Amino acid sequence: MTASTSLTAVGKEPAVLRRFLTAPAAGPFAALVLASVFFSLATDQFLSGGNFSLILQQVMVVGTLAIGQTLIILTAGIDLSCGAVMAFGGILIAKLAVQGPLPPLLAIGLGILVCGVFGLVNGLLVRTVPLPPFIVTLGMLNVAFALTHIYSDEQTVTGLPEPLTALGRTFPLGRTDVTYGSLVTIALFLGFAYALSSTAWGRHVYALGNSAESARLSGIRVSRLTVGVYAVAGLVYGVAALLLVSRTGVGDPQAGQTDNLDSITAVVLGGTSLFGGRGTVLGTFVGVLIVGVFRNGLQLMGVSSVYQTLVTGVLVILAVTVDQLSRKGTR
Amino acid sequence: MTGPAPHDAASHDAASHDPASAAPVSPASPAAPEPVLSARGLVKRYGHVTAIDHADFDLMPGEVLAVIGDNGAGKTSLIKALTGAFVPDAGEVRLHGRPIRFAGPQDARAHGIETVYQDLAVAASMDIASNMFLGREIRRAGVLGSVFRLLDKKAMRRQAADHMAALKVGVGSITQPVETLSGGQRQAVAVARAAAWARSVVVMDEPTAALGVKESGQVLDLIRRVRDKGIPVILISHNMPHVFEIADRVHVHRLGRREAVIKPSDYSMAEVVAIMTGALGVRPDGGTVVADSDAASAAGVLGS
Amino acid sequence: MSRRARPVLVIGAAGLALSLAACGSGSGGGSPSGGKVKVGLITKTDTNPYFVKMKQGAEQAAKSENVELTTAAGKFDGDNASQVTALENMVAAGVKGVLITPNDSKAIVPAIAKARAKGVLVIALDTPPEPQDAADALFATDNVKAGELIGAYAKAAMAGKTPKIATLDLAPGVSVGVQRHEGFVKGFGVSASDPSIVCSQDTGGDQAKGQTAMENCLQKAPDINLVYAINEPAALGAYTAIKAKGREKDVMIVAIDGGCTGVQAVKDGRIAATSQQYPLKMAADGVKAVAAFAKDGKKTSGYTDTGVTLITDEAQPGTQAEDTGFGLQNCWG
Repeated sequence: MTASTSLTAVGKEPAVLRRFLTAPAAGPFAALVLASVFFSLATDQFLSGGNFSLILQQVMVVGTLAIGQTLIILTAGIDLSCGAVMAFGGILIAKLAVQGPLPPLLAIGLGILVCGVFGLVNGLLVRTVPLPPFIVTLGMLNVAFALTHIYSDEQTVTGLPEPLTALGRTFPLGRTDVTYGSLVTIALFLGFAYALSSTAWGRHVYALGNSAESARLSGIRVSRLTVGVYAVAGLVYGVAALLLVSRTGVGDPQAGQTDNLDSITAVVLGGTSLFGGRGTVLGTFVGVLIVGVFRNGLQLMGVSSVYQTLVTGVLVILAVTVDQLSRKGTR
Repeated sequence: MTGPAPHDAASHDAASHDPASAAPVSPASPAAPEPVLSARGLVKRYGHVTAIDHADFDLMPGEVLAVIGDNGAGKTSLIKALTGAFVPDAGEVRLHGRPIRFAGPQDARAHGIETVYQDLAVAASMDIASNMFLGREIRRAGVLGSVFRLLDKKAMRRQAADHMAALKVGVGSITQPVETLSGGQRQAVAVARAAAWARSVVVMDEPTAALGVKESGQVLDLIRRVRDKGIPVILISHNMPHVFEIADRVHVHRLGRREAVIKPSDYSMAEVVAIMTGALGVRPDGGTVVADSDAASAAGVLGS
Repeated sequence: MSRRARPVLVIGAAGLALSLAACGSGSGGGSPSGGKVKVGLITKTDTNPYFVKMKQGAEQAAKSENVELTTAAGKFDGDNASQVTALENMVAAGVKGVLITPNDSKAIVPAIAKARAKGVLVIALDTPPEPQDAADALFATDNVKAGELIGAYAKAAMAGKTPKIATLDLAPGVSVGVQRHEGFVKGFGVSASDPSIVCSQDTGGDQAKGQTAMENCLQKAPDINLVYAINEPAALGAYTAIKAKGREKDVMIVAIDGGCTGVQAVKDGRIAATSQQYPLKMAADGVKAVAAFAKDGKKTSGYTDTGVTLITDEAQPGTQAEDTGFGLQNCWG
């Protein structure tokens, strides 16, 4: 139908509805709505502002990690180190502020910056050596994990000063208590959605994920872009570290060990292709909410956590299958 | 420059106009038109292998110049040297008569040389307009553009549509992803992009290699339209019928250097193939001499 | 075409996932019913047989007390985040009380405090939070005593020999491991830095890591003749390493836990003795305490010792022990 359409159609916006249905996150969004409807009917407690705020609060850490993960996956990369980098950032922030010589705000800044440096190193190794992102970040996962345990001396850091826990506090919105941190996460999602869809940088990220060579031939400075994406992702992990610390109220050296896979799960559930170049951060937000809604809803129903894992697994396989089939369909 | 010119206000690459390309130096003899792009004595060696062996090259204004040669003759190396993909070891490249050294493909692009690569340098999941402006996006005016880096999608779509219309390419919506297009349509997008940005030369590397008969025909038409816009085209091709259909002149490359430049109307396809393989030589007056009688008779051109 | 099919497919997928969830609900503790008292159980992981037994105890007690049990677990040993999330969700579900074995004694404290602030009774099982009074009550094995029992047993069994001891510990900073180790050393009657302890390694309570740790210890000190293991998997790993050196006859292994595999190993002579603890009882008592709280509003508090018994078939004079017959009857896993 497309080939014969005359040029008069060029530039005309497609119908809003059609645009929505063909948006990559439409399927996940439908799944989220359906799941929410189901849990609203199945339990008395699901459908409430308080519970929704709770879900948001529970997904803010992995959700924030998943933003960085989305950026990297869009470039056809993958980041296995995100959870470990976040854990290191968290313990750094907590320990520097509690025991160390730094005032809390400086500790936060330094922690975020160090996470950015981890990302930067990942990006440099991926691009300049070059090495496969899987291997680089697998190595970095172990490095960050070990550094976390060395620096923390295996001790959980408690007694955090106010600025570190501020984002874990809530404020009343109507009859609902909303966590400040979840607003930070939402703001990051919106910010990166804008950057990806409406700036040249975002388009270059997509082009890079489609084909690094064609991006290079199109005049995009691919090395700088790649390294930049990993570094930005690292900074986002740093924010996740702060959110983690403020949510749990401690510096926990054991944190984040499965968050790399959890963030990839959210990205995939949100309709972003692991092959790169296709997907959106808002899809990832939907993906992370799907995980959160299922976990919360099933718990409210009294279903054991193993089934939550089972459901997540099934959803991931289906999401990847749908991605693969739709790619075949458009080729 | 003809056709709708892309605004490159926000583009860092295209913004740097080179005075050399804008104001060509007048040639010594006013009668002969000056080549747009030329080279003398280019040499490129990789270790013991000589990829370019004192090659010359001339692209005249407003022509389609086909570059043909056997596999390994060094066509690709020649083109890479001309488009800045590598720097030759020796020799000189001139653009509009002025000597020039390209530091990289970017540099060549900044000088108005656009290349359409064989492996379709388009981003499949992105729409036509985005591909057209990839690496040269237009930002909104004012604070929205300078601080928030907001793209002017409307302007890019409108201009992309204009470019497509100028080359009479019909592909439906400018906002549809390139991956939903046929191979020929994708190639058309790549050609339209090159034509939109090229101020001096469009280089096409085997643009019809992956296409069917009908789609090849459409791309050849497109090449003609680019030429008719006034932009000379270098066409690298293996496909002799396509070369004969469209080329104004044919540069025959052999053993790393220019063997001959001929007009397709003066020779048969078999003769050109024979020149390409070294069976025939070309005399300065345009006639041919048999260089290798066995090969020439095998090619069926002996005694012509 | 396929683009349009995408949402449909995903909706189908969600439907399938939900029906799975519904199945889970059936086996997980019945459909939500308004009147029943809800009790939550959060274990460290849900793969370790120790916690499986704990869950069984809770399920049995939930049936007899006519309360509704909902369970959750961390994804790995040390996973605090999942426990926090589960605790929040249980509170949102309106549980009367939660039984929890903290993965991180300190990190769980703020989440417990939030739950208690909402009037939920929080009982720590097996592992105390730090500080211990962060939870309303603790139902646990006395880990120091468990260590002392095997320490004293080993002392008696080693009489006349010069001990060369390897300790296969849990992980630094984890109270269970620290207490058991301290108890063992105390029971054995030496100081923590006694030169007879020639090798100390962390195993995480894992069999494979236990084996590696023991191999390294034997490399370091080939004349080791007594092994203390944090639990039976670590002990069995150590046994494999010792057997590979052909020294299984002259190295004694003592452990803690009383899992069925472990008690069987005691019966087979691979482990000399083990201190048996009772996770089933911990959880059952916990559920009963919550049920009682729902009835009369009285919160249980303080520490309740759920008991520990030395299990061995070669009892030493001066030590109280049960044989493996008893051990197998009361074991978990």
